[in-house]
Amino acid sequence: MKILVCISQVPDTTTKIAFSDNNTHFSTQGVTFIINPYDEWYALVRALELKEGGVASDVHLVTVGKADAEPVIRKALALGGDEAIRIDTDSSDPYLVAAQIAEYAKTGNYDLVLCGKESIDYNNGAVGALLAGFLDINFIGFATNVQIENNAATVKREIEGGEETDTCALPLVISCQKGVAEARIPNMRGIMAARTKPLKVVAPADIQPLTNIVSYELPPAKTGVKMISPENMDELVELLHSEAKVI
Amino acid sequence: MSIIVLAEHTQGVFKKKSFEAVQYAAAIAEKQGTTVTAVAVGTVADSELQSLGQAGAKKVLHIADARLDNLSARAYAKVLIAVAQKEDAKVIVALHDVTGKAVAPRVSAALKAGLVAGAVSYPDTTNGFVVKKTVFSGKAFAFVNITSDIKVVTLMPNTFPVKKGEGAAAVEKLDVSFDDKDFSIQVKEVSKVTGAVPLSEAELVVSGGRGMKGPENWYVLEDLAKELGAALACSRPVADAHWRPHHEHVGQTGGTIRPNLYIAVGISGAIQHLAGVNGSKTIVVINKDPEAPFFKAADYGVIGDAMEVVPRLTAAVKKFKETHG
Repeated sequence: MKILVCISQVPDTTTKIAFSDNNTHFSTQGVTFIINPYDEWYALVRALELKEGGVASDVHLVTVGKADAEPVIRKALALGGDEAIRIDTDSSDPYLVAAQIAEYAKTGNYDLVLCGKESIDYNNGAVGALLAGFLDINFIGFATNVQIENNAATVKREIEGGEETDTCALPLVISCQKGVAEARIPNMRGIMAARTKPLKVVAPADIQPLTNIVSYELPPAKTGVKMISPENMDELVELLHSEAKVI
Repeated sequence: MSIIVLAEHTQGVFKKKSFEAVQYAAAIAEKQGTTVTAVAVGTVADSELQSLGQAGAKKVLHIADARLDNLSARAYAKVLIAVAQKEDAKVIVALHDVTGKAVAPRVSAALKAGLVAGAVSYPDTTNGFVVKKTVFSGKAFAFVNITSDIKVVTLMPNTFPVKKGEGAAAVEKLDVSFDDKDFSIQVKEVSKVTGAVPLSEAELVVSGGRGMKGPENWYVLEDLAKELGAALACSRPVADAHWRPHHEHVGQTGGTIRPNLYIAVGISGAIQHLAGVNGSKTIVVINKDPEAPFFKAADYGVIGDAMEVVPRLTAAVKKFKETHG
Protein backbone atom coordinates (compact mmCIF):
# COMPACT_ATOMS: atom_id res chain seq x y z
CA MET A 1 0.00 0.00 0.00
CA LYS A 2 1.31 3.45 -0.96
CA ILE A 3 0.67 6.52 1.15
CA LEU A 4 1.07 10.13 0.06
CA VAL A 5 1.42 12.70 2.86
CA CYS A 6 0.78 16.38 2.05
CA ILE A 7 3.22 18.71 3.79
CA SER A 8 2.85 22.45 4.03
CA GLN A 9 5.45 24.92 5.24
CA VAL A 10 4.07 27.53 7.66
CA PRO A 11 5.45 30.23 9.97
CA ASP A 12 6.35 28.96 13.44
CA THR A 13 3.43 29.23 15.90
CA THR A 14 5.24 31.88 17.97
CA THR A 15 5.62 34.19 14.94
CA LYS A 16 4.46 37.75 15.36
CA ILE A 17 2.66 38.41 12.10
CA ALA A 18 3.63 41.56 10.15
CA PHE A 19 3.02 42.78 6.62
CA SER A 20 5.02 44.83 4.14
CA ASP A 21 4.42 46.83 0.93
CA ASN A 22 1.37 48.64 2.21
CA ASN A 23 -0.04 45.49 3.83
CA THR A 24 -0.02 43.51 0.60
CA HIS A 25 2.68 40.95 1.52
CA PHE A 26 3.34 38.76 4.51
CA SER A 27 6.70 39.84 5.85
CA THR A 28 8.92 36.76 6.11
CA GLN A 29 11.84 38.66 7.56
CA GLY A 30 13.07 36.88 10.69
CA VAL A 31 10.32 34.28 10.42
CA THR A 32 11.19 30.65 11.12
CA PHE A 33 9.29 28.17 9.00
CA ILE A 34 8.13 24.81 10.28
CA ILE A 35 6.15 21.84 9.00
CA ASN A 36 2.47 22.60 9.46
CA PRO A 37 1.80 20.99 12.88
CA TYR A 38 -1.27 19.04 11.74
CA ASP A 39 0.68 17.62 8.78
CA GLU A 40 3.65 16.70 10.92
CA TRP A 41 2.25 15.56 14.25
CA TYR A 42 -0.68 13.59 12.89
CA ALA A 43 -0.66 12.85 9.14
CA LEU A 44 3.05 12.15 8.75
CA VAL A 45 3.54 10.27 12.00
CA ARG A 46 0.47 8.08 11.34
CA ALA A 47 1.81 7.25 7.87
CA LEU A 48 5.15 6.25 9.41
CA GLU A 49 3.39 4.09 12.00
CA LEU A 50 1.51 2.32 9.21
CA LYS A 51 4.78 1.62 7.44
CA GLU A 52 6.46 0.42 10.64
CA GLY A 53 3.48 -1.84 11.27
CA GLY A 54 3.91 -3.41 7.85
CA VAL A 55 0.61 -2.02 6.52
CA ALA A 56 2.16 0.50 4.13
CA SER A 57 5.00 -0.26 1.71
CA ASP A 58 5.86 3.30 0.66
CA VAL A 59 5.42 6.68 2.28
CA HIS A 60 5.93 9.64 -0.05
CA LEU A 61 5.79 13.28 1.00
CA VAL A 62 4.60 16.03 -1.28
CA THR A 63 4.75 19.79 -0.91
CA VAL A 64 3.85 22.68 -3.17
CA GLY A 65 6.49 25.35 -2.82
CA LYS A 66 9.54 27.05 -4.23
CA ALA A 67 13.13 26.12 -3.32
CA ASP A 68 12.78 27.88 0.05
CA ALA A 69 10.46 25.04 1.13
CA GLU A 70 13.25 22.44 0.90
CA PRO A 71 14.61 22.74 4.45
CA VAL A 72 11.14 22.00 5.78
CA ILE A 73 10.60 18.99 3.52
CA ARG A 74 14.05 17.68 4.55
CA LYS A 75 12.95 18.05 8.16
CA ALA A 76 9.90 15.96 7.34
CA LEU A 77 12.13 13.34 5.69
CA ALA A 78 14.21 13.26 8.87
CA LEU A 79 11.13 11.97 10.70
CA GLY A 80 10.73 9.29 8.04
CA GLY A 81 9.32 8.60 4.61
CA ASP A 82 10.96 7.15 1.54
CA GLU A 83 11.03 10.09 -0.81
CA ALA A 84 9.74 13.61 -1.19
CA ILE A 85 8.30 15.53 -4.09
CA ARG A 86 8.35 19.29 -4.34
CA ILE A 87 6.05 20.80 -6.93
CA ASP A 88 7.85 23.94 -7.94
CA THR A 89 5.28 26.69 -7.53
CA ASP A 90 3.84 28.75 -4.72
CA SER A 91 0.35 29.98 -4.04
CA SER A 92 -2.10 30.86 -1.31
CA ASP A 93 -4.96 29.55 -3.47
CA PRO A 94 -6.26 26.22 -2.13
CA TYR A 95 -7.68 25.24 -5.55
CA LEU A 96 -4.29 25.62 -7.20
CA VAL A 97 -2.37 23.81 -4.44
CA ALA A 98 -4.78 20.85 -4.43
CA ALA A 99 -4.94 20.68 -8.24
CA GLN A 100 -1.14 20.53 -8.43
CA ILE A 101 -0.99 17.73 -5.86
CA ALA A 102 -3.79 15.90 -7.69
CA GLU A 103 -1.88 16.02 -10.99
CA TYR A 104 1.10 14.45 -9.28
CA ALA A 105 -0.95 11.95 -7.23
CA LYS A 106 -2.60 10.62 -10.40
CA THR A 107 0.78 9.36 -11.57
CA GLY A 108 1.61 7.56 -8.33
CA ASN A 109 -1.25 5.10 -7.69
CA TYR A 110 -1.60 6.05 -4.05
CA ASP A 111 -4.03 4.07 -1.91
CA LEU A 112 -4.19 6.62 0.86
CA VAL A 113 -3.56 10.37 1.01
CA LEU A 114 -3.10 11.90 4.46
CA CYS A 115 -3.03 15.61 5.25
CA GLY A 116 -3.52 17.85 8.26
CA LYS A 117 -6.99 19.25 8.99
CA GLU A 118 -5.79 22.71 7.95
CA SER A 119 -2.62 24.72 7.59
CA ILE A 120 -2.03 27.30 10.29
CA ASP A 121 -1.23 30.07 7.78
CA TYR A 122 -4.21 30.40 5.44
CA ASN A 123 -6.61 28.24 7.46
CA ASN A 124 -8.80 27.20 4.56
CA GLY A 125 -8.79 23.56 5.60
CA ALA A 126 -9.72 22.81 2.00
CA VAL A 127 -6.84 21.01 0.33
CA GLY A 128 -7.80 17.47 1.44
CA ALA A 129 -11.40 17.74 0.30
CA LEU A 130 -10.40 19.49 -2.95
CA LEU A 131 -7.88 16.76 -3.65
CA ALA A 132 -10.48 14.04 -3.11
CA GLY A 133 -12.70 15.93 -5.53
CA PHE A 134 -10.03 16.15 -8.22
CA LEU A 135 -9.17 12.45 -7.78
CA ASP A 136 -12.88 11.53 -7.59
CA ILE A 137 -12.37 9.50 -4.43
CA ASN A 138 -13.85 9.71 -0.94
CA PHE A 139 -12.82 12.17 1.72
CA ILE A 140 -13.07 11.84 5.49
CA GLY A 141 -12.23 15.00 7.38
CA PHE A 142 -11.17 15.72 10.98
CA ALA A 143 -10.01 12.21 11.78
CA THR A 144 -9.02 11.50 15.38
CA ASN A 145 -8.13 7.83 14.75
CA VAL A 146 -7.11 6.04 11.55
CA GLN A 147 -6.85 2.24 11.20
CA ILE A 148 -6.16 0.42 7.93
CA GLU A 149 -6.95 -3.23 7.39
CA ASN A 150 -7.75 -5.35 4.32
CA ASN A 151 -7.57 -2.39 1.97
CA ALA A 152 -10.18 -0.45 3.95
CA ALA A 153 -9.98 2.32 6.51
CA THR A 154 -11.79 2.61 9.82
CA VAL A 155 -11.77 6.25 10.83
CA LYS A 156 -13.04 7.96 13.92
CA ARG A 157 -13.85 11.56 13.12
CA GLU A 158 -15.32 14.68 14.59
CA ILE A 159 -18.88 15.56 13.57
CA GLU A 160 -21.18 18.37 14.72
CA GLY A 161 -21.38 17.90 18.48
CA GLY A 162 -19.80 14.48 18.70
CA GLU A 163 -17.84 11.68 17.06
CA GLU A 164 -18.56 9.14 14.40
CA THR A 165 -16.78 5.96 13.30
CA ASP A 166 -16.78 5.32 9.57
CA THR A 167 -15.44 2.58 7.35
CA CYS A 168 -14.53 3.04 3.73
CA ALA A 169 -12.63 1.12 1.08
CA LEU A 170 -9.40 2.67 -0.20
CA PRO A 171 -8.44 4.84 -2.05
CA LEU A 172 -9.28 7.64 0.31
CA VAL A 173 -8.17 11.10 1.43
CA ILE A 174 -8.17 11.64 5.19
CA SER A 175 -7.50 14.93 6.99
CA CYS A 176 -5.97 14.40 10.42
CA GLN A 177 -6.10 16.19 13.74
CA LYS A 178 -5.24 15.52 17.36
CA GLY A 179 -5.64 11.89 18.40
CA VAL A 180 -4.46 10.31 15.15
CA ALA A 181 -0.85 10.02 16.38
CA GLU A 182 1.63 11.48 18.86
CA ALA A 183 4.24 13.99 17.73
CA ARG A 184 7.78 12.66 17.30
CA ILE A 185 11.20 14.27 17.49
CA PRO A 186 13.61 13.40 14.66
CA ASN A 187 16.74 11.56 15.82
CA MET A 188 20.27 11.94 14.51
CA ARG A 189 20.01 8.82 12.36
CA GLY A 190 16.87 10.18 10.72
CA ILE A 191 18.47 13.56 10.10
CA MET A 192 21.53 11.91 8.50
CA ALA A 193 19.38 9.58 6.41
CA ALA A 194 17.23 12.47 5.18
CA ARG A 195 20.22 14.05 3.48
CA THR A 196 20.48 11.25 0.96
CA LYS A 197 16.78 10.50 0.47
CA PRO A 198 15.44 11.42 -2.98
CA LEU A 199 13.80 14.85 -3.22
CA LYS A 200 12.24 15.16 -6.65
CA VAL A 201 11.44 18.57 -8.01
CA VAL A 202 8.47 18.47 -10.36
CA ALA A 203 7.45 21.27 -12.73
CA PRO A 204 3.97 22.57 -11.94
CA ALA A 205 1.03 21.75 -14.20
CA ASP A 206 -0.49 24.65 -16.10
CA ILE A 207 -3.19 25.63 -13.59
CA GLN A 208 -4.28 29.17 -12.83
CA PRO A 209 -5.18 30.31 -9.30
CA LEU A 210 -8.83 31.22 -8.78
CA THR A 211 -8.23 33.51 -5.81
CA ASN A 212 -5.57 36.02 -4.82
CA ILE A 213 -4.91 37.94 -1.64
CA VAL A 214 -5.39 41.66 -2.22
CA SER A 215 -4.25 42.85 1.20
CA TYR A 216 -3.90 41.96 4.87
CA GLU A 217 -5.03 43.56 8.09
CA LEU A 218 -4.13 43.06 11.73
CA PRO A 219 -6.98 42.76 14.24
CA PRO A 220 -7.75 46.02 16.07
CA ALA A 221 -5.80 46.35 19.29
CA LYS A 222 -7.81 46.22 22.50
CA THR A 223 -8.30 49.69 23.90
CA GLY A 224 -7.23 48.70 27.38
CA VAL A 225 -8.35 46.34 30.05
CA LYS A 226 -10.72 47.43 32.80
CA MET A 227 -9.63 45.85 36.06
CA ILE A 228 -12.30 44.67 38.50
CA SER A 229 -11.75 43.88 42.16
CA PRO A 230 -11.89 40.13 42.86
CA GLU A 231 -14.25 40.99 45.72
CA ASN A 232 -16.74 42.63 43.38
CA MET A 233 -18.06 40.12 40.88
CA ASP A 234 -21.47 41.83 40.90
CA GLU A 235 -19.80 44.78 39.18
CA LEU A 236 -18.30 42.49 36.52
CA VAL A 237 -21.69 40.94 35.80
CA GLU A 238 -23.29 44.39 35.63
CA LEU A 239 -20.62 45.58 33.14
CA LEU A 240 -21.03 42.46 31.01
CA HIS A 241 -24.74 43.23 30.92
CA SER A 242 -24.91 47.00 30.49
CA GLU A 243 -21.58 47.89 28.88
CA ALA A 244 -20.45 44.85 26.89
CA LYS A 245 -24.07 43.72 26.38
CA VAL A 246 -23.10 40.06 26.20
CA ILE A 247 -25.32 38.70 28.99
CA MET B 1 -29.20 33.11 -12.09
CA SER B 2 -29.48 32.88 -8.33
CA ILE B 3 -27.36 32.56 -5.22
CA ILE B 4 -27.50 29.14 -3.61
CA VAL B 5 -26.86 28.27 0.00
CA LEU B 6 -26.56 24.93 1.75
CA ALA B 7 -28.88 25.03 4.78
CA GLU B 8 -27.66 22.45 7.26
CA HIS B 9 -29.97 21.01 9.84
CA THR B 10 -29.56 18.80 12.86
CA GLN B 11 -32.18 16.08 12.98
CA GLY B 12 -34.61 18.18 11.01
CA VAL B 13 -34.06 21.49 12.82
CA PHE B 14 -32.21 24.46 11.32
CA LYS B 15 -29.70 26.01 13.66
CA LYS B 16 -28.87 29.67 14.11
CA LYS B 17 -25.81 29.32 11.90
CA SER B 18 -27.96 28.02 9.03
CA PHE B 19 -30.07 31.19 9.22
CA GLU B 20 -26.79 33.15 9.27
CA ALA B 21 -25.75 31.47 6.02
CA VAL B 22 -29.14 32.06 4.36
CA GLN B 23 -29.17 35.69 5.41
CA TYR B 24 -25.62 36.14 4.09
CA ALA B 25 -26.64 34.67 0.74
CA ALA B 26 -29.76 36.86 0.69
CA ALA B 27 -27.66 39.99 1.21
CA ILE B 28 -25.45 39.08 -1.77
CA ALA B 29 -28.51 38.29 -3.87
CA GLU B 30 -30.11 41.63 -3.08
CA LYS B 31 -26.96 43.44 -4.13
CA GLN B 32 -26.81 41.49 -7.37
CA GLY B 33 -30.51 41.87 -8.11
CA THR B 34 -31.29 38.19 -7.85
CA THR B 35 -32.80 35.76 -5.35
CA VAL B 36 -31.62 33.08 -2.93
CA THR B 37 -32.31 29.41 -3.29
CA ALA B 38 -31.62 27.43 -0.15
CA VAL B 39 -30.76 23.75 -0.52
CA ALA B 40 -31.70 21.29 2.23
CA VAL B 41 -30.99 17.56 2.16
CA GLY B 42 -32.37 14.62 4.12
CA THR B 43 -35.35 14.44 6.45
CA VAL B 44 -36.84 17.85 7.28
CA ALA B 45 -40.50 18.89 7.69
CA ASP B 46 -41.95 21.36 5.17
CA SER B 47 -42.86 23.86 7.92
CA GLU B 48 -39.22 23.92 8.99
CA LEU B 49 -38.08 24.36 5.38
CA GLN B 50 -40.46 27.30 4.95
CA SER B 51 -38.93 29.00 8.02
CA LEU B 52 -35.77 29.72 6.00
CA GLY B 53 -37.87 32.49 4.42
CA GLN B 54 -37.44 34.42 7.68
CA ALA B 55 -33.78 34.86 6.75
CA GLY B 56 -34.55 35.86 3.16
CA ALA B 57 -34.75 32.61 1.18
CA LYS B 58 -37.42 32.83 -1.53
CA LYS B 59 -37.18 29.19 -2.46
CA VAL B 60 -36.00 26.03 -0.78
CA LEU B 61 -35.03 23.03 -2.86
CA HIS B 62 -35.46 19.92 -0.76
CA ILE B 63 -33.76 16.67 -1.67
CA ALA B 64 -35.55 14.37 0.73
CA ASP B 65 -33.48 11.20 0.19
CA ALA B 66 -33.03 9.74 3.70
CA ARG B 67 -29.54 8.49 2.82
CA LEU B 68 -28.54 12.16 3.06
CA ASP B 69 -29.30 12.22 6.80
CA ASN B 70 -25.64 11.30 7.31
CA LEU B 71 -22.92 13.48 5.83
CA SER B 72 -21.52 12.16 2.57
CA ALA B 73 -19.27 14.84 1.11
CA ARG B 74 -19.59 13.22 -2.28
CA ALA B 75 -23.40 13.11 -2.27
CA TYR B 76 -23.84 16.59 -0.76
CA ALA B 77 -21.45 18.04 -3.34
CA LYS B 78 -23.34 16.27 -6.09
CA VAL B 79 -26.55 17.96 -4.89
CA LEU B 80 -24.98 21.42 -4.82
CA ILE B 81 -23.37 20.94 -8.23
CA ALA B 82 -26.71 19.80 -9.71
CA VAL B 83 -28.56 22.77 -8.19
CA ALA B 84 -25.84 25.22 -9.24
CA GLN B 85 -26.14 24.03 -12.82
CA LYS B 86 -29.95 24.02 -12.77
CA GLU B 87 -30.11 27.55 -11.33
CA ASP B 88 -27.08 28.89 -13.18
CA ALA B 89 -25.71 29.94 -9.78
CA LYS B 90 -22.68 32.20 -9.66
CA VAL B 91 -22.25 32.23 -5.87
CA ILE B 92 -22.50 29.18 -3.60
CA VAL B 93 -22.58 29.72 0.16
CA ALA B 94 -22.00 27.16 2.93
CA LEU B 95 -20.72 27.21 6.50
CA HIS B 96 -17.11 26.85 7.62
CA ASP B 97 -17.90 23.86 9.82
CA VAL B 98 -17.44 20.09 9.66
CA THR B 99 -20.01 19.74 6.88
CA GLY B 100 -19.05 22.79 4.84
CA LYS B 101 -15.34 22.02 5.03
CA ALA B 102 -15.95 18.59 3.51
CA VAL B 103 -18.47 19.67 0.87
CA ALA B 104 -17.56 23.18 -0.36
CA PRO B 105 -14.04 22.28 -1.60
CA ARG B 106 -15.49 19.40 -3.61
CA VAL B 107 -17.92 21.79 -5.26
CA SER B 108 -15.02 24.16 -5.92
CA ALA B 109 -13.02 21.37 -7.59
CA ALA B 110 -15.95 20.25 -9.77
CA LEU B 111 -17.10 23.69 -10.92
CA LYS B 112 -13.65 25.26 -11.16
CA ALA B 113 -14.92 27.80 -8.67
CA GLY B 114 -12.58 29.81 -6.47
CA LEU B 115 -13.05 29.16 -2.76
CA VAL B 116 -12.74 31.39 0.28
CA ALA B 117 -13.11 29.33 3.45
CA GLY B 118 -14.01 31.04 6.72
CA ALA B 119 -15.34 34.40 5.53
CA VAL B 120 -15.96 37.07 8.17
CA SER B 121 -17.34 39.81 5.89
CA TYR B 122 -19.86 40.28 3.13
CA PRO B 123 -18.17 40.40 -0.28
CA ASP B 124 -17.02 43.79 -1.51
CA THR B 125 -17.89 43.87 -5.20
CA THR B 126 -16.66 47.36 -6.06
CA ASN B 127 -13.49 45.88 -7.53
CA GLY B 128 -13.91 42.16 -8.08
CA PHE B 129 -15.37 39.90 -5.38
CA VAL B 130 -13.34 40.47 -2.25
CA VAL B 131 -14.05 38.61 0.98
CA LYS B 132 -12.33 39.09 4.31
CA LYS B 133 -11.18 35.97 6.15
CA THR B 134 -9.03 35.13 9.14
CA VAL B 135 -5.49 33.95 8.41
CA PHE B 136 -2.57 32.84 10.56
CA SER B 137 -5.11 31.20 12.85
CA GLY B 138 -6.72 34.46 13.92
CA LYS B 139 -3.55 36.56 14.16
CA ALA B 140 -4.56 38.54 11.04
CA PHE B 141 -7.13 38.96 8.28
CA ALA B 142 -6.71 38.67 4.53
CA PHE B 143 -8.85 40.26 1.83
CA VAL B 144 -9.19 37.59 -0.84
CA ASN B 145 -10.42 38.25 -4.35
CA ILE B 146 -12.17 35.39 -6.14
CA THR B 147 -11.47 35.70 -9.84
CA SER B 148 -13.39 32.71 -11.26
CA ASP B 149 -16.87 33.01 -12.78
CA ILE B 150 -18.43 30.84 -10.05
CA LYS B 151 -17.54 31.59 -6.44
CA VAL B 152 -17.74 29.42 -3.33
CA VAL B 153 -17.73 31.07 0.10
CA THR B 154 -17.94 29.36 3.50
CA LEU B 155 -18.79 31.49 6.53
CA MET B 156 -17.26 31.47 9.96
CA PRO B 157 -20.22 30.67 12.25
CA ASN B 158 -21.23 33.25 14.90
CA THR B 159 -20.11 36.17 12.74
CA PHE B 160 -23.25 37.55 11.12
CA PRO B 161 -26.05 38.39 13.59
CA VAL B 162 -29.39 37.10 12.31
CA LYS B 163 -32.34 39.48 12.04
CA LYS B 164 -35.28 37.24 11.34
CA GLY B 165 -38.12 38.79 9.39
CA GLU B 166 -41.47 37.65 8.11
CA GLY B 167 -41.97 35.37 5.17
CA ALA B 168 -42.12 31.73 4.26
CA ALA B 169 -40.00 30.19 1.55
CA ALA B 170 -41.63 28.21 -1.23
CA VAL B 171 -40.60 24.57 -0.91
CA GLU B 172 -39.86 22.55 -4.02
CA LYS B 173 -38.86 18.91 -4.03
CA LEU B 174 -35.95 17.91 -6.21
CA ASP B 175 -34.65 14.51 -7.21
CA VAL B 176 -30.95 14.03 -7.66
CA SER B 177 -29.77 10.65 -8.87
CA PHE B 178 -27.03 9.10 -6.83
CA ASP B 179 -24.97 5.99 -7.35
CA ASP B 180 -23.61 3.57 -4.76
CA LYS B 181 -20.24 5.31 -4.74
CA ASP B 182 -21.89 8.40 -3.27
CA PHE B 183 -22.70 6.47 -0.11
CA SER B 184 -19.67 4.21 0.09
CA ILE B 185 -18.60 5.60 3.47
CA GLN B 186 -20.38 3.46 6.04
CA VAL B 187 -21.22 4.94 9.40
CA LYS B 188 -20.57 2.33 12.10
CA GLU B 189 -21.11 4.31 15.23
CA VAL B 190 -22.22 7.78 16.26
CA SER B 191 -21.72 9.29 19.68
CA LYS B 192 -23.15 12.73 20.24
CA VAL B 193 -22.69 14.84 23.29
CA THR B 194 -26.30 15.60 24.06
CA GLY B 195 -27.52 18.70 25.80
CA ALA B 196 -24.19 20.53 25.66
CA VAL B 197 -23.70 23.62 23.51
CA PRO B 198 -21.23 22.82 20.71
CA LEU B 199 -18.16 24.97 21.27
CA SER B 200 -18.00 26.31 17.71
CA GLU B 201 -21.51 27.75 18.00
CA ALA B 202 -21.47 28.86 21.62
CA GLU B 203 -22.14 32.54 22.30
CA LEU B 204 -20.62 32.29 25.75
CA VAL B 205 -17.51 30.27 26.56
CA VAL B 206 -15.78 29.53 29.88
CA SER B 207 -12.22 28.34 29.40
CA GLY B 208 -9.56 27.01 31.77
CA GLY B 209 -5.81 26.75 31.61
CA ARG B 210 -2.92 25.27 33.52
CA GLY B 211 -3.59 27.74 36.34
CA MET B 212 -6.58 25.57 37.31
CA LYS B 213 -3.99 23.18 38.80
CA GLY B 214 -5.81 19.97 37.92
CA PRO B 215 -8.96 18.41 36.48
CA GLU B 216 -10.43 18.00 39.96
CA ASN B 217 -10.87 21.80 40.12
CA TRP B 218 -12.88 22.01 36.92
CA TYR B 219 -16.19 21.88 38.78
CA VAL B 220 -15.97 25.63 39.49
CA LEU B 221 -15.80 26.31 35.73
CA GLU B 222 -18.57 23.79 35.06
CA ASP B 223 -20.79 25.52 37.61
CA LEU B 224 -20.15 28.92 36.02
CA ALA B 225 -20.74 27.56 32.51
CA LYS B 226 -24.00 25.97 33.64
CA GLU B 227 -25.21 29.18 35.26
CA LEU B 228 -24.37 31.18 32.11
CA GLY B 229 -25.47 28.54 29.61
CA ALA B 230 -21.93 28.61 28.26
CA ALA B 231 -19.74 25.98 26.58
CA LEU B 232 -16.44 24.85 28.11
CA ALA B 233 -13.05 25.22 26.46
CA CYS B 234 -9.44 24.82 27.52
CA SER B 235 -5.87 25.69 26.57
CA ARG B 236 -3.43 23.32 24.90
CA PRO B 237 -1.43 22.23 28.00
CA VAL B 238 -4.72 21.21 29.60
CA ALA B 239 -5.72 19.05 26.61
CA ASP B 240 -2.19 17.64 26.32
CA ALA B 241 -2.27 16.62 29.99
CA HIS B 242 -5.64 14.93 29.35
CA TRP B 243 -7.32 17.04 32.02
CA ARG B 244 -9.99 17.82 29.43
CA PRO B 245 -11.02 16.24 26.10
CA HIS B 246 -9.20 17.36 22.95
CA HIS B 247 -12.28 18.85 21.32
CA GLU B 248 -12.34 21.55 24.01
CA HIS B 249 -8.86 22.77 23.03
CA VAL B 250 -8.91 26.27 21.52
CA GLY B 251 -5.88 28.07 20.11
CA GLN B 252 -3.71 28.04 17.04
CA THR B 253 -3.45 24.25 16.91
CA GLY B 254 -6.93 23.67 18.33
CA GLY B 255 -10.25 25.25 17.45
CA THR B 256 -10.78 28.89 16.51
CA ILE B 257 -13.86 30.40 18.15
CA ARG B 258 -15.66 33.74 18.01
CA PRO B 259 -18.09 33.84 20.93
CA ASN B 260 -19.69 37.00 22.30
CA LEU B 261 -18.04 36.37 25.65
CA TYR B 262 -14.86 34.44 26.39
CA ILE B 263 -13.96 34.01 30.05
CA ALA B 264 -10.36 32.78 30.41
CA VAL B 265 -9.44 31.40 33.82
CA GLY B 266 -5.86 30.51 34.69
CA ILE B 267 -4.67 30.95 31.10
CA SER B 268 -1.53 33.06 30.71
CA GLY B 269 -2.35 34.07 27.12
CA ALA B 270 0.46 32.72 24.94
CA ILE B 271 0.35 34.03 21.37
CA GLN B 272 -0.81 30.60 20.13
CA HIS B 273 -3.78 30.64 22.49
CA LEU B 274 -4.74 34.24 21.67
CA ALA B 275 -4.78 33.36 17.97
CA GLY B 276 -7.69 30.98 18.52
CA VAL B 277 -9.84 33.29 20.64
CA ASN B 278 -9.08 36.91 19.73
CA GLY B 279 -12.16 37.04 17.51
CA SER B 280 -14.25 36.95 20.70
CA LYS B 281 -16.31 40.11 21.12
CA THR B 282 -15.62 40.47 24.84
CA ILE B 283 -12.79 38.82 26.77
CA VAL B 284 -12.67 38.45 30.55
CA VAL B 285 -9.40 37.27 32.05
CA ILE B 286 -9.18 35.87 35.55
CA ASN B 287 -5.62 35.15 36.65
CA LYS B 288 -3.70 35.42 39.89
CA ASP B 289 -0.59 36.58 38.05
CA PRO B 290 -0.92 40.32 37.36
CA GLU B 291 1.82 39.98 34.73
CA ALA B 292 -0.13 37.44 32.63
CA PRO B 293 0.09 38.64 28.99
CA PHE B 294 -3.58 37.80 28.47
CA PHE B 295 -4.60 40.95 30.40
CA LYS B 296 -3.29 43.04 27.48
CA ALA B 297 -5.81 41.35 25.16
CA ALA B 298 -8.69 41.48 27.64
CA ASP B 299 -11.64 43.83 28.03
CA TYR B 300 -12.10 43.03 31.72
CA GLY B 301 -9.51 41.64 34.07
CA VAL B 302 -9.67 40.17 37.55
CA ILE B 303 -6.51 39.41 39.52
CA GLY B 304 -7.28 36.63 41.92
CA ASP B 305 -7.35 32.94 42.67
CA ALA B 306 -9.67 31.00 40.40
CA MET B 307 -11.04 28.82 43.19
CA GLU B 308 -12.24 31.93 45.03
CA VAL B 309 -13.13 34.30 42.20
CA VAL B 310 -15.02 31.89 39.94
CA PRO B 311 -17.56 30.70 42.56
CA ARG B 312 -18.13 34.36 43.45
CA LEU B 313 -18.77 35.15 39.79
CA THR B 314 -21.15 32.19 39.52
CA ALA B 315 -23.08 33.50 42.52
CA ALA B 316 -23.17 36.99 40.99
CA VAL B 317 -24.53 35.62 37.72
CA LYS B 318 -27.19 33.68 39.62
CA LYS B 319 -28.20 36.81 41.55
CA PHE B 320 -28.30 38.81 38.32
CA LYS B 321 -30.54 36.25 36.66
CA GLU B 322 -32.93 36.29 39.61
CA THR B 323 -33.25 40.07 39.61
CA HIS B 324 -33.50 40.35 35.81
CA GLY B 325 -35.91 37.44 35.42
